[in-house]
Amino acid sequence: MSEQLFNSMKQSVIDGEPELAKELASKALAQGIDPLEALNQGFIPGVNYVGEQFSCGEMYLPELVGAGEVMKAAIAILEPEMTKRGTARKILGKVVIGTVEGDIHDIGKTLVATMLSASGFDVYDMGVDVPITKFVEKAREVGADIVGLSALLTTTMVKQRTIIKALEEGGLRPKVKVLVGGAPVTRSWASEIGAEGYSEDAVGAVGVAKRLMGIQS
Amino acid sequence: MAGKIKSITNPRLKLDILSKEDVERIHTATLEVIEKTGVRFPSTKALDIWESHGATVDRKTSIVKVPGHIIEEALVLAPPVYTLAARDPSQDLPLDGNHVFVGTDGCGVEVIDLFTNERRRSSLKDVADIARVADFLEEVAFHWVPISAQDFPPQSRSLHEVRAIWENSTKHVQTESIYTEREAEAAIEMAELIAGGKEALRKRPVLSIMQCSASPLGHDGGSLDAALAGAKAGIPVGFMTMAACLTTGPATMAGNLVVGNAEVISGTALIELAYPGAPVFYAAAQTASDLRTGAYTGGGPEDFLFGAATNILSDYYHIPLSMGSFATGAKQPNWQAGIENSMSTFMASVVMSDMLLGVGLLHGSRIWSYAQMLMDCEIFSMIHKVMQGIVVDDETLALGAIQATGPGGNFLTQKHTLKHMRDLWVPQFMDRRPYSIWEEKGDNAEDWARGKAQQILKSHYPEPLDPKLSRELGMIINRIERM
Repeated sequence: MSEQLFNSMKQSVIDGEPELAKELASKALAQGIDPLEALNQGFIPGVNYVGEQFSCGEMYLPELVGAGEVMKAAIAILEPEMTKRGTARKILGKVVIGTVEGDIHDIGKTLVATMLSASGFDVYDMGVDVPITKFVEKAREVGADIVGLSALLTTTMVKQRTIIKALEEGGLRPKVKVLVGGAPVTRSWASEIGAEGYSEDAVGAVGVAKRLMGIQS
Repeated sequence: MAGKIKSITNPRLKLDILSKEDVERIHTATLEVIEKTGVRFPSTKALDIWESHGATVDRKTSIVKVPGHIIEEALVLAPPVYTLAARDPSQDLPLDGNHVFVGTDGCGVEVIDLFTNERRRSSLKDVADIARVADFLEEVAFHWVPISAQDFPPQSRSLHEVRAIWENSTKHVQTESIYTEREAEAAIEMAELIAGGKEALRKRPVLSIMQCSASPLGHDGGSLDAALAGAKAGIPVGFMTMAACLTTGPATMAGNLVVGNAEVISGTALIELAYPGAPVFYAAAQTASDLRTGAYTGGGPEDFLFGAATNILSDYYHIPLSMGSFATGAKQPNWQAGIENSMSTFMASVVMSDMLLGVGLLHGSRIWSYAQMLMDCEIFSMIHKVMQGIVVDDETLALGAIQATGPGGNFLTQKHTLKHMRDLWVPQFMDRRPYSIWEEKGDNAEDWARGKAQQILKSHYPEPLDPKLSRELGMIINRIERM
C-alpha cells in the first residue's frame, strides 16, 4: 500500500508536479505514514533519479528545477508533522542568498537557491537589490553557514566585497562562508575579495556549497 | 587621419524569415502581453509618464499595463532615419536602412593581454588601447565600451570609459555601461563639449546610449532614468532585450520574440511619450539558454534565427536596429568562435540590421581578445563581399576574355582579369599557404591577428582630442566623483 504511494511520490518529482506531490504528502500524513519515511522513500528517490538522469545528459535543467520545486512543495507539507514528532530531515547547511544592492537581476540567484534547497540545504532567499545590512542581519538571525551573493553588473559586483567586509565586522566570519556568482564574477575576483566559493552555474554551485560544508559530493 | 568605414550597402542577397502575417501576429501578441500581463518600470519618472498618458500603473509592483493603441501611437513618433555622428564627420553613420555597421562588443571583464597573452582583469588602459585599434580598423564603424575599467570606482567608471574612447578614436561612441541618470547627464555634458553645445549635440549626436532590459518583461530603474536623460538631450537611445528561451523567455522562439519585443517597444514607447520624435533604436541579443546549465550561450542556431528575425520587427516599427551578432560563447578563438560569429553576423547582415555588436569578446562577451577582434573583422569583410552577390552584365559575363583565351588557355594575363582581379576577396588571416610552409612555421591565424593588433597599437595614433577639451571632460568626471 505505502509502496505504491512512495512510487507515486517518486513519479511526481520526475514529472515535476508540485500540486500532485502536495496531495500525496497529505495522503501519507492522513494514513499515518511517518513523514520522514515518506520523504526518504518517496520523494528523495525521485530527486536522485532526476539528478542521475541529468548527470548523464538524459534530462535537462528545467526538469531538475522542476524536481526542486516539487521537493519544496512536499517538504512544506511534511515538515510541520516531522517537527511535531521530534524528527527532522537531514539539512546540509543553512544558506542566506540574494542579489546585491543596486542589482535587480533575479534568475541566476533563484536557480541557485532552488538547486540548493532541492539538494537538502535550508535556503533563505532574500530576493534582489538586498541592502548590505540585511545580509548580515539575516545570516546572524538564522545562524547561516553560507551566504550567497549574486551580481550581474560590473558596477554592482563590488558590493560582494563590501558585504564580506560587513560580515567580518559583524563578527560572523570565518564561520559563515561566502559563495559568489554572476556573469562578471571570475574565480580571481572571488579569491581577491576572500569569497570561499565561486561557481559559474547553478548545478556547480551545489557542489561548491557541499564542499564548503565539508561534504563529499 | 580618419580611415574610411566599411559597411554593407545595396545588398543583392535576401532572406525571407517571417511573413507579413507572422510579423502581425507577433506584434498583436506583444500588445496583448503589454496590455494584459504588463511590463515592470521601476522608476518614478517612468511611472509618472505612463500614468499621465493613460496607462494602468501599479505603484507597488511598478507594473504598467498599456492599451495597444497608446504603444502604437507613441511608436509612430520615432524618426525612421537619422545619423550617428562621429568626432570626425567623415565617419558619421547614416542609420537609413541601407547600411550595416559593426561596433566593438561590450562589456567584458577580462582581457587576454596583447603582449603577454595572459588573461587578466580589465582596466581603463585597455579601454583606451582597444579604442585606438578599433579606430584603425575599417570594419569597426563605432564603439561600445568593450570592457569595464575596473581600476576606477563604479560611480564614475562609465564616464572614464567614454572619455578614454573619445581620446583615442574619432568614431561614434555608443555606451552600454551607464546605468544611472547622474552618469547619463554627466556623459551628455561631456558629449556637448565635444559636439560644441547642446543644440550642436542634438544635430550631431557623438554619443548614443544603449540600455539592457531586465527580462522577462522588466526594465532597470536606473537604466530607464538614464535613457530618459539621453532622449531629453536628443541623443539616440535604445533598449536591448536579451530574453533567452528557457529561462528569461519561453522555450519557443516566437514566444521569446514576443517577450523581447514587449520589453523593447514598451521602453521605446515610453521615450516617445516623454520626448516625441526622440531618436531611438531597437536593440536585441536574444538567445536560447543552455539546456544543461541554463547559462547564456553566445551562439547557436536560435541566435542566428533571432539575428535575422529582429530586423523584420524593427523595420515593422520603422526604427533602426542594433543587433547582437558575433560575441561567441567560445573560450578562445577557435572552431566554435568561427562558426558562431560567421553565422550570427551573416544572418543579421542579410536582413540589413543597422548596427551589429560586436567584435572582440569571447566566452559570452566576458573576455576581450584582440586576435578575435581582428578575426571578427575578417568575418565581416567576408560577409561584406558575399552580400554584394553576383553581378551579371556584359562586362561581368566576360565574353571577350573567354573568346580571347579559348579552350585550354588561361586567363591570368587578360586585360579583363587585371581589371577585375581586385574585386576578388583577399584574406588576411586564412591560411592558404602550402602545407609544407604551414608545417615548418607552425603559426596560425590567431598569431597573425595578434601581430597585426600589436602593430596597430604601436603605430596608429588618431587625431587627438584637444587637450583643453580633454581636461574639461576630466573636470566633469571629478565633479561627479566628489558628489
